[in-house]
Amino acid sequence: MSGADFLALLPLMLISAAPVAVMLAIAFFRGPRQRGVGGAGRMAAALTLLGLLISFVSLPFAAAYAPRHVTPLLIIDDYALFYMGLIFAATFAVALLSYGYLGMLRERREEFYVLLLLAAAGSSVLVASAHFASFFLGLETLSVSLYALVSYPASRAKAIEAGVKYLVLAAVSSAFLLFGMALVYGQLGTMEFSEIAQRAAGAAGRLAEPAFLGALALIAVGFGFKLAVAPFHMWTPDVYEGAPAPVSAFVATVSKGAVFALFLRYFALVDIHQMGSLALVATIISIASMFTGNLLALLQENVKRILAYSSIAHLGYLVVAFLASGPLRVTAVSYYLVSYFIAMLGAFGVVSVLSDGQGDAEDLEAYRGLSSRRPFIAGVFSAMLFSLAGIPLTAGFIGKFYIIAAGVGSALWLLVAVLVANSAIGLYYYIRVIITMYSAEAAGPERAEGPEGAAAPQGAAVPLGGSLLLAALTLGLVWLGVYPSPLVSLIQKTIHGLM
Amino acid sequence: MTLAWLIIAPFLGGILAWLLDRRGSALAARWVCLLALAIDLSVLIGIVWSGRLAGAGPHGGFFLETRAGWIPQLGVSIHLAMDGLSLLLVFLTVFLGIVSVVTSWTEITRRVGFFHFNLLWCLAGVIGVFLSLDLFLFYFFWEMMLVPMYFLIAIWGHERRTYAAVKFFIFTQLGGLLMLMAILGLFFIHAAETGVYTFDYFDLIGAKMSSAAAFWLMLGFFASFAVKLPAVPVHSWLPDAHTEAPTAGSVILAGLLLKTGAYGLLRFLFPLFPMAAHEFAPVGMAIGVAGILYGAILAFGQTDLKRLIADTSISHMGFILVGVFAWNGLALEGVTMQIISHAISTGMLFILAGALQERIHTRDMQFMGRLWEKVPVMGGVAMVFVLASLGLPGLGNFVAEFLILLGAFRANPGMSVAASLGLIVSTIYALWIMQRVFHGEERKQWTPPDLSARERGVAAAMIVLIVWLGLFPQPVLNAAAPAINSLQKIASSQTEKALAPVSAEGGGNGTARSFSAAVLAASEAFACPDVLSGLPSKKSARMPFPPPSASGNVVFGPVSHWKLRADNKAGYE
Repeated sequence: MSGADFLALLPLMLISAAPVAVMLAIAFFRGPRQRGVGGAGRMAAALTLLGLLISFVSLPFAAAYAPRHVTPLLIIDDYALFYMGLIFAATFAVALLSYGYLGMLRERREEFYVLLLLAAAGSSVLVASAHFASFFLGLETLSVSLYALVSYPASRAKAIEAGVKYLVLAAVSSAFLLFGMALVYGQLGTMEFSEIAQRAAGAAGRLAEPAFLGALALIAVGFGFKLAVAPFHMWTPDVYEGAPAPVSAFVATVSKGAVFALFLRYFALVDIHQMGSLALVATIISIASMFTGNLLALLQENVKRILAYSSIAHLGYLVVAFLASGPLRVTAVSYYLVSYFIAMLGAFGVVSVLSDGQGDAEDLEAYRGLSSRRPFIAGVFSAMLFSLAGIPLTAGFIGKFYIIAAGVGSALWLLVAVLVANSAIGLYYYIRVIITMYSAEAAGPERAEGPEGAAAPQGAAVPLGGSLLLAALTLGLVWLGVYPSPLVSLIQKTIHGLM
Repeated sequence: MTLAWLIIAPFLGGILAWLLDRRGSALAARWVCLLALAIDLSVLIGIVWSGRLAGAGPHGGFFLETRAGWIPQLGVSIHLAMDGLSLLLVFLTVFLGIVSVVTSWTEITRRVGFFHFNLLWCLAGVIGVFLSLDLFLFYFFWEMMLVPMYFLIAIWGHERRTYAAVKFFIFTQLGGLLMLMAILGLFFIHAAETGVYTFDYFDLIGAKMSSAAAFWLMLGFFASFAVKLPAVPVHSWLPDAHTEAPTAGSVILAGLLLKTGAYGLLRFLFPLFPMAAHEFAPVGMAIGVAGILYGAILAFGQTDLKRLIADTSISHMGFILVGVFAWNGLALEGVTMQIISHAISTGMLFILAGALQERIHTRDMQFMGRLWEKVPVMGGVAMVFVLASLGLPGLGNFVAEFLILLGAFRANPGMSVAASLGLIVSTIYALWIMQRVFHGEERKQWTPPDLSARERGVAAAMIVLIVWLGLFPQPVLNAAAPAINSLQKIASSQTEKALAPVSAEGGGNGTARSFSAAVLAASEAFACPDVLSGLPSKKSARMPFPPPSASGNVVFGPVSHWKLRADNKAGYE
């Protein structure tokens, strides 16, 4: 490996060094439990944020050496760096949210940041991987950290349940994925993505063989679980509900986004429509996800579950863009992912900011009259939900526009029609939440309590970091919705490396 | 830039109003709104004053154009332009905006700042729709005005506001998405043919495509406009939304949001897909006729005053559909008139219904009756607008519906005859309102105060406008004529060969000629001067008739107006 290789790897090395540094710092500075958890936790959080910041800043330096294969395992190109930037930024947001959130828990909070950074490192490897080995390595680093993160508040039964569910299903899906990889290796004799694409194109006749089809099916199942698309979505609502709100945000954004980015890179090399069966499967998955997510979300009374089902539907939308052809599809997917990241982080951010030590603010009724109690938070949440629904002036509008454009440009009329119908269905539950926030509080006993009642569960001040983050996310959301062309240019730059 | 400021002023005004109210000054918020709209109004007056209306820009009737880059990667630009049609509609928007602010003065007491924020943003979106000539931008504004309107209904509405707001939002959003699909289809078809990726109106006009593709794309646009208008199978959001909305919301819904649908039909449907639209015309007219009759039938069954007025809107919007699909100069002038006069007459009826509800806390006509004795001024005002609604000659709606029927008769006599039944049924429901609310038996002992000075001011302005539209429609028609001419020219240049008989009379200056002809026909067939001099409005009968000005464009008296148009045919061409 040359010096240039090391420089190209700089962001990955930094994000891998960060958890180690935080871990060491914890080991040195943490006192016994009784001495209070404040100091070490604050230091761990600060180090985490610093590590993410430094990693983010290192991206332009690495970009100077891109595109570059660093060992057969990793490829550092603009595409990978773009997604790393997205992952770092999203993790930064999650870490900020967690700081306020963890303050309310009884558990020690320092390890949380180690796990979070590990998960971010795993995702970064994932988006840069060019080989089954690095792919699997990144995925497992991500998943294993998530098992612990999901069940981090160990005193909550729901969190433990969610963690176990996630553990079992993710492990099974990893096994599927591994088996599929092995079969591909058996057929084609290579584990490098670019080689696989070439050899598969060379041996077109063999693609129809059962072993190869089986491999594709197994890999599709593996991806399906990770992306939580229907019919592999069952775990999502439970895990989102049980996990602490910042972790749910992480699962919804970084974990899914990284896998999808890899998925797209994997198939950017091949025209998916040459593989008829795969395109058919993806079409069915897309339609099923859209309908499942949106229809089931209608029935929920729990905000976290609504967001979970909404994320299932959004992955369905993304698959529509994925099935399109031409350069528009990468732009559409990337833009949509960015807007989805912002909106989901903001939405779960609101949930975690409103949560208290007893549990997350997840009951829809808890949001009734929020706009008069907390106009700022209610405004932010409305903006995020409008973005998820694809209303103008938000990033989600441009994102949805790009997806529909990609679909129409490739004449995927059925998918686009389903998407349109689903947008209307989805609108219902998004505005249901909004309407709840803006309707007057029921004149019940809790209102009659007077000043004590008002100060009770939801009267606590929003932590400064949390509100700054929410303001920044909202600003970004509107900025991207009104002036999208810088981001589009950036995304289009990343495509060159792919094609 | 002037055009951009028309949109930016209400935007900023809305934000400022919100901030002022947060500081605890609700009154200042109201005044800021008036100020923002006054700025818009003065800009518009400035445009008219500067005489640009007469001059034509590079693109047909457009005399003001602004273009700026927005998303160059997609070929999206901020392309605003104004022709006579948009000028009229923006005027209408600003006027009704002011009226809405004034009528909400005492009605809205809760979250005043946020209310006005939504009100002004909705108006900004509507103005944006009327001005944008980039299809992406158009869609952007089209969707953008929904959210504020949704909040207006959902927060300040009446009993079933949540249901109505959600229904309104989902219906219009779904329609909008269908249009988005069609816009994108057009975008890609044009790009595949020319290699240029653009959403610009002028570039997309005349894109070559198969007739099947054109038909489906046209249908996508039509779906969206039909939901907004609304046309009959997709109208069911309207009665709910209008009924539950606060007064200002109802005024804006009826006066402006519905009109964006009509405007879309005029501006986009025929010019972009002339052939497909012509093929679709019989169906479109049939939908219009169905709307006219069905809306009226719905109105018969209502006891809720606002709901009744909302149903009459469906009926009146049917005329617009008939007129647009007749697509000749006469009918289009009628459509322009209908847009404006319906906005004023129905807007005022909603204001009266709102004022009544504010006083007696019910909209149910079963509890009203014999109110004339208690609120004579309100009764008198209601009488004027109820008569306008039924199409009494001398008030704006008559001119509009008459021109539409006349135009439609040329395109499709059968439909025109069926549509004219609407005039009969509208008489029934209109008089029904008067009878049940202001006359008949007294069912409850109400002692409401009569209209306040503020409300009288609004009513006076509206009455002046509706009478003016009825007696001197010429300035409005003159303003719209170049725009309508060029729309027709755009459409007919592509269909000339294929559809010679349909567009035969709509050739080069079809509008001007056909209107003169219409006036001739009108004055002969209906002995118009007699009808006009027998108006119920004493004011107009007493009005002196000054001699026409030298240019012949500005005409004062009703009789001389009709005659002059007939004589001055040559000069007008």
